[in-house]
Amino acid sequence: MLKGNTAIVTGGSRGIGAAIAKKLASLGADVALLDIGNEEQAQLVCEYCKSEYGVSAAYYSCNVADFEQTKQVVTQVSKDFANVTVLINNAGITRDGLVMMMNEKQFDDVISVNLKGAFNMIKHCSRQFMKNKCGRIVNISSVSGLSGNAGQANYSASKAGLVGLTKTVAREFASKNITCNAIAPGFIATDMTADISAENNPLAAQIPLGRPGTPEDIAGAAAFLVTSPYVTGVVLRVDGGLGM
Amino acid sequence: MVFETVCRIIAERIECDPESITRESTFRDLGIDSLDTVDLMMNLDDELGLELELDEKLETVGDLVDFIESKQE
Repeated sequence: MLKGNTAIVTGGSRGIGAAIAKKLASLGADVALLDIGNEEQAQLVCEYCKSEYGVSAAYYSCNVADFEQTKQVVTQVSKDFANVTVLINNAGITRDGLVMMMNEKQFDDVISVNLKGAFNMIKHCSRQFMKNKCGRIVNISSVSGLSGNAGQANYSASKAGLVGLTKTVAREFASKNITCNAIAPGFIATDMTADISAENNPLAAQIPLGRPGTPEDIAGAAAFLVTSPYVTGVVLRVDGGLGM
Repeated sequence: MVFETVCRIIAERIECDPESITRESTFRDLGIDSLDTVDLMMNLDDELGLELELDEKLETVGDLVDFIESKQE
């Protein structure tokens, strides 16, 4: 289905990013995993994609918050792989704290990676998408960005920002066969949420589907958006019904 | 030289006579929106073997020619 296409996945070494990379590889896409510092895990994901699905896969060290670095890495990926048409902006960090306790650095760091990082990647990939006459961008937002979440002013602001970014990019590039959508995961069991166990999170008990989500649940939604050329500007909640 | 190339590529895009395009022609008058301008730059990249990065809005064909010539130096 995606044979002959290359997908760039940021934050691709573990959790949701790794699951998306594997899912897209299972559909035939070559994958370029961008991550900062988790080379060993990223290489494992690459090996898995190559051996299970026979696609090409490579890891690139990249801090998505760094404008120049993202430019260089996207240029390098475009040289190493043919036909870059998919971008998954998944890289994200948390620096949680109540507003009264949150310092400037905590706020800036989260906005830089989660929001500016997505802009940097879109900006530099858009050139490739225009050249290749196709682009499928999926931004991983969060229900935290839609509903807010106490202790996550920085994170929820960054994820709400991604919604605005998604819709603007969708409008700007619609005529060029470049789509841009967002996924708003609910409570997903990953390393990032490991310290918020299901027992001590009252939200978890309220999930209508009765369980936290898995990275594979998000990967399925990402695959849908990547393979749906008539869907753009959408924010797809994948939250077990939590937000209805 | 750059001017002729730009005129030819624009003329192919909007299907008009290249002779009818002048340095003073605005993209708006030619029916080329800002996203099309980016697209146009990419065609010119291929033609001229440059990696042009557009970070300002250009109004006229002359602006574009000047921009490309400044990058060629």
